[in-house]
Amino acid sequence: MSDAPTSAAALQTTPLNALHRELGARMVPFAGYSMPVQYPAGLMAEHQHTRTAAGLFDVSHMGQLRLVGADAAAAFEGLMPVDVIDLAVGKQRYGLLLNEAGGIMDDLMFIRREADIFVVVNGACKVADIAHIQAAIGTRCEVIPMPEMALLALQGPQAVTALSRLAPGVEKLVFMTGGHFVVNTGTQSIPVFLTRSGYTGEDGFEISVHHTQADALARALLAQPEVKPIGLGARNSLRLEAGLCLHGNDIDAGTTPVEANLLWAMQKVRRTGGARAGGFPASDSILAAIDSPAPGSRKRVGLVALERVPVREHTVLQDLNGNTIGEVTSGLLGPTVDKPVAMGYLPVEFAALGTRVNAIVRGKIVPMEVAAMPFNPTHYFRG
Amino acid sequence: MTLKFTPDHEWLQLEDNGNAIVGITVHAQDALGDVVFVDLPEVGKSYAKGEVAGVVESVKAAADVYMPIDGTVTEVNEALRADPALANSDPQGAGWFFKVTVANRAQFDELMDDVAYTKFSDAA
Repeated sequence: MSDAPTSAAALQTTPLNALHRELGARMVPFAGYSMPVQYPAGLMAEHQHTRTAAGLFDVSHMGQLRLVGADAAAAFEGLMPVDVIDLAVGKQRYGLLLNEAGGIMDDLMFIRREADIFVVVNGACKVADIAHIQAAIGTRCEVIPMPEMALLALQGPQAVTALSRLAPGVEKLVFMTGGHFVVNTGTQSIPVFLTRSGYTGEDGFEISVHHTQADALARALLAQPEVKPIGLGARNSLRLEAGLCLHGNDIDAGTTPVEANLLWAMQKVRRTGGARAGGFPASDSILAAIDSPAPGSRKRVGLVALERVPVREHTVLQDLNGNTIGEVTSGLLGPTVDKPVAMGYLPVEFAALGTRVNAIVRGKIVPMEVAAMPFNPTHYFRG
Repeated sequence: MTLKFTPDHEWLQLEDNGNAIVGITVHAQDALGDVVFVDLPEVGKSYAKGEVAGVVESVKAAADVYMPIDGTVTEVNEALRADPALANSDPQGAGWFFKVTVANRAQFDELMDDVAYTKFSDAA
């Protein structure tokens, strides 16, 4: 046993910092911010509460920005292998910011609004992302960072019940759409922009709010009987059960969308034969890799351990003859599925569902099987 | 009943037969969070002080459990293996990890008592 080292570096705080401490959160450094990893209820209880009721997450460390101008969609589309141009106003989509080698600099969410494209990127990548976007397309559209905005996520089957009580109308949104709403806390009316989406596999919302009103909004949500505060620890176990990638673990600047098995994020219009095929960084090599997969190339897969032993990130994966063939990138005992689940990379020859491999945990073999994701069924609201 | 503590946040309690019961402290389980898995040492195996004798994992972290003194493992807590949450609910009781012979009594005696450990863990 040894305590984790604590960072002495100056950490930024979110507008909910005082609230986290008041709630008894254990704070840890994350993406340069002091963030709540768990509250007194603990990770397991927080995870289960989000799956059964509604959990409130502070994700204000994430980056928010706007792209403004008539050419913004076309310009932004040139940085990602996804369809931006045809996205209708009010609709949200998952995107991948690629570097010149086709590696995933970051994954992000964007939504077309009347006057702009609103983008949410990962906290740890936001400075580099904004610099990259500015340098690449800053002459074609305005790239406007929004450091004045906080971001809250309300997730779980009862999120809509809790939020619609304060902001009537949000219940009409379907998964991956958004709009402007006013949240009435009883004492104030707080304007927000929210989307019906999240990072847990459950129904829910992500709510962008001015930093001066974030605390009041969070307290109003926590006052709803369905809602409890949830830390980053449960956020990680929830997203892994939902089969969602964590940038920096499961995907990174050295991983292409093909290796990452994220082809579902590449709409047909950007692929070979599509009306706007290619035209994104490394599009030639990425499209070639889709059209004729190279033997031995690696692929992200889901894995379930056949013994009750958690298999964590960086665990070596071997074939049944003891040859090292890959590595786990995220893994834990899934609190809802109640078994050890993981993501990792294997050669495509080993990526078929049901393929047996061995994880080497502290020198011992733990048998694993390639499994379908999500590990826990998703419950998105599609209307 | 003599209770001792290590800088690795383990406790040892001397039994009437001279063997020691070993577990993790309240402070340790609190730092780890919800324990979901334990790996326990082999009964009959001898360890030197400081060797890794097991593992305790929460959903968020894994930590080694060190052998706090030289000795031979006489028993492990099968109930803990079946229900790792005992390490959280009763860390200094039903959540014990293993029992070990005390090969060198001086090693045991020089460990921290509860006053010294409370001071140590408060400073950590």
